[in-house]
Amino acid sequence: MSFYDEYLQYSNADMEEVFQHTTSADIERIIGKDRLTPRDFLALLSPKAEDYLEWMAQKANQLTVQNFGRVILLYTPMYLSDYCTNKCTYCGFNVTNAFTRKQLTMEEVEKEAQTVAASGIQHILILTGDAPAIAGVPYMKECVAILKRYFSSIAIEVYAMEEEEYAQLMEAGVESMTMYQETYNPILYDRLHVKGPKKDYRYRLDAPERACKAGMRAVNIGALLGLDDWRRDGFFTGLHANYLQNKYPGVEVSISLPRIRPTMGNCETGNSVNDKSIVQFMTAFRLFMPRAGMPLSTRENAEFRNHAIKLGITKMSAGVQTAVGGHIDSQENSGQFAVSDTRNVKEMSDAILQLGYQPVFKDWQAI
Amino acid sequence: MDQLVIGGRSLQSRLFIGTGKYSADTLIPEVVKKSGSEVITVALRRIDFNSPTGNVMDHIPSGMQLLPNTSGARNAQEAIRIARLAKAAGCGNWIKIEVISDNKYLLPDGYETIKATEVLAGEGFVVLPYISPDLMVAKQLVEVGAAAVMPLGAPIGSNRGLKTKELLRILIEEIALPVIVDAGIGKPSDACEAMEMGAAACLLNTAIASANQPELMAEAFGMAVAAGRKAYLAGLGRSEKYASSSSPLTGFLHN
Repeated sequence: MSFYDEYLQYSNADMEEVFQHTTSADIERIIGKDRLTPRDFLALLSPKAEDYLEWMAQKANQLTVQNFGRVILLYTPMYLSDYCTNKCTYCGFNVTNAFTRKQLTMEEVEKEAQTVAASGIQHILILTGDAPAIAGVPYMKECVAILKRYFSSIAIEVYAMEEEEYAQLMEAGVESMTMYQETYNPILYDRLHVKGPKKDYRYRLDAPERACKAGMRAVNIGALLGLDDWRRDGFFTGLHANYLQNKYPGVEVSISLPRIRPTMGNCETGNSVNDKSIVQFMTAFRLFMPRAGMPLSTRENAEFRNHAIKLGITKMSAGVQTAVGGHIDSQENSGQFAVSDTRNVKEMSDAILQLGYQPVFKDWQAI
Repeated sequence: MDQLVIGGRSLQSRLFIGTGKYSADTLIPEVVKKSGSEVITVALRRIDFNSPTGNVMDHIPSGMQLLPNTSGARNAQEAIRIARLAKAAGCGNWIKIEVISDNKYLLPDGYETIKATEVLAGEGFVVLPYISPDLMVAKQLVEVGAAAVMPLGAPIGSNRGLKTKELLRILIEEIALPVIVDAGIGKPSDACEAMEMGAAACLLNTAIASANQPELMAEAFGMAVAAGRKAYLAGLGRSEKYASSSSPLTGFLHN
């Protein structure tokens, strides 16, 4: 049994029909419920539910304060390597993009770590492209050995791996993983991932579960909204999170809601996702999974992020550089995506305080 | 003088509070003051000992009994490691055992909790385990040396009140150790009710931290816990389902 089996059960369902049959009375009843079914969650993603955005926002706010408190955990990504063997039409690291690739040496990792740690950050997310021969498990383990001295929590956002490889990284000090499916639509997935190991849809789909099996403490998933219809990919992201949480109750499951940003290898997707839609997804998911985390990246601008704090978000990145070595050399501009919210850690903390929330730098430590 | 004694320490207040979920740690001193609480729990994993701007410990008034907890532990081994670290970090020898491997409802793992309690009590810790209100688990905790038992009224953070009331009542009747109702208390009236039933104390966090005015809510809880305790000591009158009839059914019996 894999999430794929569950995906298949729903993939043929006619969502349009469900949306058409969803009434205002249904939405009101669902918002009042304590526990939502996947079908309820889908109804909250319907065009009809847009009329109830404020209701959903109020309930999402109340559930988030109750389950997480008035706190926002801050983290920072660190790009270790932009070597990549994949050709993905929407990504700046695309193998066919001509730019000078870079991979941090251990000295550089240490310098980046010092710079980031000096800002107060204690939760770090390390990222690489998909190039196991260069930036593989042995390289990551070396990096983690250094980062452990500076950070209380280390998360990875790297290529899909085997369970055994996740176990090795955990042994080295990693305790959290992020893996975006990008889109749950297999046909579109195949088209967007032109070549490279990432082309294997099923292998990537099952990666979060392999991490759970390896005993990872926290697993974060997401779809890159805007590739396919956001309602569809949003629904499957929630369903996937629910599947993992039910099957691996000890794992802290969370979802991200990235929407597509301009990159160097920009492609036209034709599925723009506006603020209202993101908020609908965010609040519907909070009602569906009240205890699941929801990080929000700096793909979003400062104004939107300030508002999102009250809509269900639990973690935020700050002081972000999306280029390899960007923390020690801010001239680097070959980033994976364009950062919209350029506030540094101090500015972000102040903004969070201003909104009546506490910025938190540490909520975990490997013991 | 009515006092609660745990681990050799006498406590006047029967309200234990937490440190999580506040919009600012600077609220904590006022919450402590208004609630009158003398015991405060803190998640060791979240204490930021390296922060240049200080951490939550800086806001806990001196003289308070620290109750570090093992939040984040998924088994006995992890809980034991956290307890030892807490002691080494200067947080004293009280420990709230919290072993949870269910991220959905945050329900505690009784078996692992008993194992951790046995080891830590043996090492001289004052162990307060967080449990589901299960009589057999509570009895085994007594056996292995717990200083109190802390059954839940409802899942952590749920603010749902004393959903497990009948099971709590059995624990209060059967367990010789202090029974401290921990988790689920959403309103001062819930805390008052637990105390009226004979609970030794209440531990709560979310209901205070997520209130619009935490200090005021802290004061309300302090009063509710004290009122419930007094009612328990005074001996509640019997509650009757029917009014005493003025035309009794047995009134015709004269001899």
